[in-house]
Amino acid sequence: MSRNKSMLAANDPAGLARKVPALSLRNKAVLAVAGTLLIAFAASATAAEPATSKVDTTHLAVTDKVVTVGQLHSATGTMAISETGAIEAERLAISQINASGGVLGRQIKIIQEDGASDWPTFAEKAKKLLEENHVAAIFGCWTSASRKAVLPVLERDNGLLYYPTFYEGLEESKNVIYTGQEATQQVFAGLDWVAKTKHAKTYYLIGSDYIWPRTTMKLARKYITTVLHGTVVGEEYAALGSTDFGSTINKIRLKKPDVIYAAVVGGSNVSWFKQLKSAGINGKNQTLLTLSVTEDEAHGIGGENLVGFYSAMKYFQSLDTPRNKEFVKQFKAMWGANAPIGDVTQAAYEGPWLWKKAVEMAGSFDTDKVVKAEESGKITFDAPEGMVYLEPNHHLKTRLRIGEWRADGQADIVYTSDYIMPNPFPKGY
Amino acid sequence: MDGYSISDLWSILVMQGFSGLSLFSVLLLMALGLAIIFGQMGVINMAHGEFMTIGAYTIYMFSKVTQEYFPGLMPYYFVVAIFASFGIAFAAGYLVEFLLIRHLYKRPLDTLLATWGLSLIMQQIFRSVFGPREVSATLPDWLMGAWKPTPNIDIPLNGLFVMAISLVVTAAVVLFLYRSSWGLKVRATTQNRVMAGSVGINTKKIDRVTFAMGCGIAGIAGATFTTIASTGPTSGSLYIVDTFLVVVFGGAGSVLGTVASAFSIAQAQSILTFFLTNAMGKVVTLLTIIIILMIRPEGLFISKVRR
Repeated sequence: MSRNKSMLAANDPAGLARKVPALSLRNKAVLAVAGTLLIAFAASATAAEPATSKVDTTHLAVTDKVVTVGQLHSATGTMAISETGAIEAERLAISQINASGGVLGRQIKIIQEDGASDWPTFAEKAKKLLEENHVAAIFGCWTSASRKAVLPVLERDNGLLYYPTFYEGLEESKNVIYTGQEATQQVFAGLDWVAKTKHAKTYYLIGSDYIWPRTTMKLARKYITTVLHGTVVGEEYAALGSTDFGSTINKIRLKKPDVIYAAVVGGSNVSWFKQLKSAGINGKNQTLLTLSVTEDEAHGIGGENLVGFYSAMKYFQSLDTPRNKEFVKQFKAMWGANAPIGDVTQAAYEGPWLWKKAVEMAGSFDTDKVVKAEESGKITFDAPEGMVYLEPNHHLKTRLRIGEWRADGQADIVYTSDYIMPNPFPKGY
Repeated sequence: MDGYSISDLWSILVMQGFSGLSLFSVLLLMALGLAIIFGQMGVINMAHGEFMTIGAYTIYMFSKVTQEYFPGLMPYYFVVAIFASFGIAFAAGYLVEFLLIRHLYKRPLDTLLATWGLSLIMQQIFRSVFGPREVSATLPDWLMGAWKPTPNIDIPLNGLFVMAISLVVTAAVVLFLYRSSWGLKVRATTQNRVMAGSVGINTKKIDRVTFAMGCGIAGIAGATFTTIASTGPTSGSLYIVDTFLVVVFGGAGSVLGTVASAFSIAQAQSILTFFLTNAMGKVVTLLTIIIILMIRPEGLFISKVRR
């Protein structure tokens, strides 16, 4: 609270003026001397950095020392299970940026708000962050529903959101940078791989019943029938939170598909894999490729229930590169040795870094200038997953990886694709 | 259904039948605790799911401790942990009744709001203690996998296990309510509290133990469900709607009604899901329940309670 107040005062000389008459004459004199000294000191200390009036012309929460950003995830409610990793990764990135001198010489301060797994709350908190706190950027959201709720607020107040989750595509807002994969980046390369290496002809699609699985499966079905010349022998959506898959599993058994292609989420995901295993369907006798299991989910499902199944993600914690090993070490040092690092967690880590690079290229915190820098096509980042390239359509050019799950809840990477251009609006789908 | 051999269809029929029975035992186990609390005491316990979560986390704790200190006992810990989950949920229920519920008996609708608040508090406690991520207990091998009577038929072992537990618990509840002197006092208190008090029954104590008993059974249910579902701070909320559905549809206050209701809902849902889609199966089941409840507002089995 006090931080916000002092920032407001600094940005608003009128507010300061209102306070002064309340002080006695002697206090005033002391204050004046102290103030002069402080200004002189501040001027000398930040002489190397651009003046605040230069880097902020739109009344953001920027001072000579500090820039404030918002963090908006669900710390409570059903989505807290998934969003915790993103919160942790963003905090790690920001603390590292601060340790290396901050952004344009300013330390990043975080105001964290809780979306509480409730979409109207997300919109309300985004409004608060933008209109009361004047944050320079927001790192947040996880589900598509929360992003869609925040979108109108962002566009009206010209805010900037870094969104970490892989999602269904069909969106490209000026005010959002998407650090996760859109559907074509996750679906097509994965299906190519499974068709080629497993000689798959028949596919059974199953997902949870909401926008992301439905859109993704629509893309998958079209790709399977037109490009791979395979057959979709079944398509099924389970209600969110559904815990009984007995009948669905029997249907799958009857159809005997070469591949089960799955995007079940949340608590249902755990039931789905536990019941598959207990129905005698496992990695040895069935190929299963899922879009919704990262190390985070594997932690809850239990590695022993996943052995031999495949996930299509851009990042796995087991990725064997010096850069990733360093990242895993830093993450565990900050959040504990047991903290799993999933695909979205790594994508969330990229957000603050991409923002820092764009701000420094623009030489300004102003949203329009930062967005222009983001769209330049020249922003790249040496991320744990490897180099990523921010394309003018606000998405990242990345690779897709296929991981085979082990009993310890980690995945062996069995395939890495070439770089895939993001294409949020695929033609003909 | 052409292109399938007779033996294929036969195995699917067997497995589908089993899957219906397995859903039946899940629903029954969920609803039994609430059937006691809501049926006998009239308390609308919205925190029922969270008492189930207590059971699930008990299993998780036991699995952790056993793995750490007594790895040799891994195959057996589950049995002990189920009793412990009853004990812990019972104790929590006892405390909740003492602190909260007993002040609200005269205002049954307020119990809805109060216990809903309680469920939020409990979820936050789970989140603070165990973290917001889902956890997974390492289950003994004999609980996972399938039993293969013929090469084409796989019967899930955890399904059999849930079924066994739910039969034992149902039998215990029936014996407790209808064959023990304690059950007699519980039923007397339900039917006429003043009269029961005047013949020397300590109705306050009866209330407390009955409520705790319902919570303890929820704990067993939650513990058992770790074999088929998730363990997280909000896992309990997945069950609460189905639980109330079973109890209300069966007719509050009747254990037989709860059994019948769980059976019919499970079979309808399981068969419809097989022939329609998952979502449509649920829609048709719920619509049927609504229509039946419009005709019989008190549920399938109306208990003879003087109100």
